[in-house]
Amino acid sequence: MTAAEIHPPGGDAASGHGPDTGAAASDDRRMLRTVRRIGLARYLVVTAVLVTLLVVFAVLALMLGDRVIAPGDVLAALFGQGSGGDRFVVLGLRLPRLAMGLMVGVAFGLAGAVFQSLLGNPLASPDIIGISQGASAAAVGAILVFGLSGLAVSVAAFAGAILVAALITILASRNGVAGSRFVLIGIALAFLAQALIQYLLTRSDVRDAQSALVWLVGSIGTVPPEELVFTAIGVAVLALGLALLAPRLRMLQLGDETASGLGVRITRTRLLLTLVAVGLAAVATAAVGPIAFVAFVSAPIARRLLGGTATALVTSALVGAVVVTGADIIAQHALPSLQVPVGIVTGIVGAPILLGLLARGNRTRGTA
Amino acid sequence: MTTAAPAAPVLARRRLTRILGLLGMLVAVLVAVGLSLFLGSRSIDLAAVLEALGGRTGDAVEQMVVLDLRVPRTIIGLVAGAALGLAGALMQGLTRNPLADPGLLGVNAGASLAVVTAIAAFGVTAPSGYIWFAFLGAAVAAVLVYAVASGRNGPTPLSLTLAGAAVTAVLTSLITLVLLRDLDTLGQYRFWSVGSLVGRDAGTALGLAPLLIVGAVVALLLGRSLNGLALGDDVARGLGQRVGLTRAIAGAAIILLCGSATSLAGPLVFVGLVVPHVARRMIGPDFRWILAYSIPLGAILLVLADTLGRLIAQPAELEAGIVVAIIGAPVLIVLVRRDRAVIR
Repeated sequence: MTAAEIHPPGGDAASGHGPDTGAAASDDRRMLRTVRRIGLARYLVVTAVLVTLLVVFAVLALMLGDRVIAPGDVLAALFGQGSGGDRFVVLGLRLPRLAMGLMVGVAFGLAGAVFQSLLGNPLASPDIIGISQGASAAAVGAILVFGLSGLAVSVAAFAGAILVAALITILASRNGVAGSRFVLIGIALAFLAQALIQYLLTRSDVRDAQSALVWLVGSIGTVPPEELVFTAIGVAVLALGLALLAPRLRMLQLGDETASGLGVRITRTRLLLTLVAVGLAAVATAAVGPIAFVAFVSAPIARRLLGGTATALVTSALVGAVVVTGADIIAQHALPSLQVPVGIVTGIVGAPILLGLLARGNRTRGTA
Repeated sequence: MTTAAPAAPVLARRRLTRILGLLGMLVAVLVAVGLSLFLGSRSIDLAAVLEALGGRTGDAVEQMVVLDLRVPRTIIGLVAGAALGLAGALMQGLTRNPLADPGLLGVNAGASLAVVTAIAAFGVTAPSGYIWFAFLGAAVAAVLVYAVASGRNGPTPLSLTLAGAAVTAVLTSLITLVLLRDLDTLGQYRFWSVGSLVGRDAGTALGLAPLLIVGAVVALLLGRSLNGLALGDDVARGLGQRVGLTRAIAGAAIILLCGSATSLAGPLVFVGLVVPHVARRMIGPDFRWILAYSIPLGAILLVLADTLGRLIAQPAELEAGIVVAIIGAPVLIVLVRRDRAVIR
């Protein structure tokens, strides 16, 4: 397998052209302009749709619950007006949960997109390369062995994720960190962590094992304010860092040689991007657990929506946020008797969405 | 001397080396089997084990331990390990992705969901009772993945990978949903899902033998086609291969092999991920040889893991699934680090 199969270098049709001569050149230029215009239009439409979805989900998330609050009253509560009960429910319970869902959705979406494009492999998401498993093993250990709960578990999970990421980087570095080596070592560590989780789950009381399982599948639940603050700071800083690195990520996608020709310092840039992606995954996983599939699925969905093959960070982040917030609404309200962890819904609902897009992608490829 | 095309004697010598290597590996399999029969938490001396195997009445307890406990788990370790190794090599060839494990086709998730259903809805309690549920679940899931990935134009490596991951996610979520509501099922399922060779009935395993044999024969015949696929679909077509057919056959063989192994021993995908890498480092990129080497390598890994699991946590045992990760992960890491060329 080559990286080029998964991510054809250059991404869209516009960037693959060398210098041309004569009349063909002006034709090319016209076509290039057209392609760019179509691409931009599609990007704007997709972004608008995703943002609209996000707003709708946000309003629903604030409205629904044991006590249904009308949109007008939600708005009033947001601005500190309205009844005290409404204010408490909206500002104290639902807004933190919504904010947490948005942030971890963005973080998972970005982390997956960066990993997949950096390592040139659609299987390279934090779910697969050990970051999630490291966090999970640490969290399960904290729950089952030390009987911890709440913020302490999150801290343990964060430490676990960072530990695994550090191990991968140390073990994979040898004349720079090669993509496939990084991923394979990550997978090896993922299996080790998984074995530790299995060991702990089979040696503990089954009731405790079940509560560990809730963490393992990823659930938002009640959000303590300090956790919200930590997560917000983490996601904001890392997303900013990623924004600064994004142009270089795009150049890396042209291939290492082209990128270094364009003045990108390959090894350092890869390392920085990896650190940012690991950080995003670690912050999000620590806060809510390894919500299944979001990191894996956001970038492929974003690419399908845009119709290109280039990694679209903003779109991936939006997709991640839409998936998590939408799934959390379903998780809270779909079954009247029971709240399910959001990770279950992202699996059951998110995966078929991906499959649907895949099927559509196949059809359009057939007609093209 | 030019390096462009190795002369015939060089090729013949390389072939001989590879065959000798394969024979050496078979010896290693025998050693692993011997260790598995002789070592355990109860120390039984060599003569007694041989006596028990020969059917002569020595100590009745020792005979029971050897014949009823160690022999079945050795057989299942051999069979499941070999099948997983082979299925892993097929899967990596089929998806052209060195990160693919045989579970990627949804096999493990399907088997797991079926086992959960067997426990929760039908009250099945013994591991040997899970076998056919697991196999059926594995097959249904894999066919589903294949159908989804195919669309109208047949599957591509990417669509297979994504569809496999997506179906796995759906099934895993369903499993978790059941486990979160049903404590008794979780209590039993966790011991199956860890992956172990204990308590499996070798007789029931024999029922799977025809499937395993067919799967293995088909897999071994696919080597040349996988070599073609490795060059890309277009090149393979240019060489006169029917790419879609190859993929379908390989998929069917993976279902037979990985489905059987998973029904016997539980989800032990790591074997199928590590083994082809080891094989590739030993004999290069020729899939005919990778497939052949993956069989003994898988068997050795799983049998040794099971044996080691009996020794390191005495008097308790560590399940084979856990020990496979403890052995396999460092092996994979060392291999990947030693590799000079960047494998893509």
